[in-house]
Amino acid sequence: MLSFSNISKSIDSGLRATFDATWTMVIEMVIAGVCVISLFAILGLVLVLMERKVSAWMQIRLGPNRVGPKGMLQSLADTVKLLVKEGMTPDGADKFLFNLAPFIAIIVAMLLMAPIAFAKDFQLWDMNIGVLYVSAVSSLMVISILMAGWASNNKYSLMGAMRSGAQIVSYELSAGLSILSIVVLTGSLNLNDIILSQANGWWIFKGHIPVMIAFIIFIIAVTAETNRAPFDLAEAESELTAGFHTEYSGMKFALFFLAEYVNVFIVCAIGATLFFGGWMPFHIGHWEGFNQVMDFIPSSVWFFGKTFFLIFLIMWFRWTFPRLRIDQLLNLEWKYLLPISMFNLLLVTAMAILGWYF
Amino acid sequence: MVEEIGRTTEGDVIINVGPQHPATHGVLHLLITINGETIKKVEPHLGFIHRSIEKMCESLSYRQFIYVTSRMDYLSSHINNHACALCLEKGLQIEVPSRAQVIRVLMDELTRIASHELWWGAMAMDLGAFTPFFHAFRERETINDIMEETCGARLTMNYIVPGGVMQDIHPNFQQRVKDFISLYKSKVGEYDELVTGNIIFQNRMKGVGYLSAEDAISFGCTGPTARGSGVTCDIRKLYPYEIYEQLQFDEILETAGDSFARYMVRVREMNQSIRIIEQLIDNIPEGDFQAKTKAVLKLPKGEFYQRVETARGEFGVYIVSEGGTTPYRIKFRSPGFSNLSALDHMARGSKLGDLVAMMGTLDLVIPDIDR
Repeated sequence: MLSFSNISKSIDSGLRATFDATWTMVIEMVIAGVCVISLFAILGLVLVLMERKVSAWMQIRLGPNRVGPKGMLQSLADTVKLLVKEGMTPDGADKFLFNLAPFIAIIVAMLLMAPIAFAKDFQLWDMNIGVLYVSAVSSLMVISILMAGWASNNKYSLMGAMRSGAQIVSYELSAGLSILSIVVLTGSLNLNDIILSQANGWWIFKGHIPVMIAFIIFIIAVTAETNRAPFDLAEAESELTAGFHTEYSGMKFALFFLAEYVNVFIVCAIGATLFFGGWMPFHIGHWEGFNQVMDFIPSSVWFFGKTFFLIFLIMWFRWTFPRLRIDQLLNLEWKYLLPISMFNLLLVTAMAILGWYF
Repeated sequence: MVEEIGRTTEGDVIINVGPQHPATHGVLHLLITINGETIKKVEPHLGFIHRSIEKMCESLSYRQFIYVTSRMDYLSSHINNHACALCLEKGLQIEVPSRAQVIRVLMDELTRIASHELWWGAMAMDLGAFTPFFHAFRERETINDIMEETCGARLTMNYIVPGGVMQDIHPNFQQRVKDFISLYKSKVGEYDELVTGNIIFQNRMKGVGYLSAEDAISFGCTGPTARGSGVTCDIRKLYPYEIYEQLQFDEILETAGDSFARYMVRVREMNQSIRIIEQLIDNIPEGDFQAKTKAVLKLPKGEFYQRVETARGEFGVYIVSEGGTTPYRIKFRSPGFSNLSALDHMARGSKLGDLVAMMGTLDLVIPDIDR
């Protein structure tokens, strides 16, 4: 059967037959790198188009419909426009940091791709500390935003960066705690093990209400971490014009933009992996026929379907809610989400010890 | 006071909001002094869209100058025209046919709804929600279509002339207004669902931008801005013009004085406007739509003043005539100017995000402030 794991296995065995071990590894790394970069570009294009179509649907509009069939090529046209635009560096800016910041944003997003299992047995790096790695690397994102805000020598940018710093650092906590509740249940930091533990049911169904609460907190926290509305204070168009990327133009701006969308994809992929079983198909107890039909759907379709469902959820938030104020944002985290997620973690731990889950 | 560029001697940061800024909805320039996120001072700088309309009017004849006033508060251009026409009619002692009076009031109230719809969308956009803007425009488009059919224009209608209205209403007018009313009533629930009842929205609005009744009076605030603080100031009730004294409608008052009160006043005012339209739409009397007037109007020597209630507050026209064909001096009292003056008082001590919300609730139209 044609699946991602079979393709990768046949490429691997073909390479091993022609080259020695070292060269095989080098070539495989290059192939993986090219795959990540092209996935990156495709994700950017698809997600931007999806956002525009979703927002248009919610706002009683048609959305892009001129370039290509049904506007499919709109984001490609946008990319070309951004590529040919001049990327200006302001006079008073710290040139080195100013130009470095977008690349850090993009590198962080790329690094986060590593432990995600896109399909059955299809993963760039099956590391045993996957969850820890994800939460460690994703917090590096704030550095690029702070760097961009500081180096721009613009007060709006600086304010956006400061807001973002406060926001990401605080929401990291509840995101981490809600991820921990799944780690407690599975007893493993390996993303693959977490997926395999959901073979007979996803955690969102197996884990009763505590996991449901953890999921809700997770989705709120990652929305805040990726600076998406209603937590888009770092950009806050009506207050700070464009926040930390006010001074960026052309491709440098596009890199921030791309990093934002890829980050959304990654956090949703993590959410799908932890709570919805990653590439695991949907099974109901002893309904053998139903389960076999579900197994017939390729695992990559399951993974991307779940991820895009969560992405849609986050886009739905963005186009429905007004923005919070900075003090309300921090109150929400420190006074509500953090205590709730701590208490919830205790509940989950008790549940795990007593074995009160399916 | 300013030690180095963009910084006060106390170490607070000065930033320019505008003249090109998404939140100012035009070319308003606010010089704000902030400490972190907290606002210490707001200093509005005007003049970026000053077209000296008052001076321009002095060289235009009495028939012509009305059209220039459409360009001041472009969202209630009908009501501006109405005020000028009423002022002239007062001076020339023209009896306006009752059909024209009813049409004028209907148009005024439709304009008021259209203006509040736009404000509602823009207000939500200031708070970071984009979707309500498009929902508001769905209903506003219907009003614009009605205007287009009868007046021939969608924004600067120039429909009201001294002595009546420019032409009779379109045969479809009554039916389309009724269609609009039923559309509005079916959709108004969405407004509450999407914005008014939203917890984030309420937290952003309640207790923010407090303006006491005394302050509202001393700053000369009028319209929904003052009524949100509990000040009775509806010109339609206090100094009724046209047929407003015969109509059943309530003056909306909220006493809280915060952003949410001002928001609620406008939302509830839309319902009152619908109520007025419902009373009139089936009762447009037959007759002339315009009184017989001379081709060249000459206002007698003297001073004339007329005030009306626009969507933003009290709009006044003051004409000094020397008896010629053009006014000697014209002064407009625009509601936005006085309402803006309260911004500094309201905003001190609040966060930067709230400043945007407060400007939203003041419903500023910059060409109205600058003229």
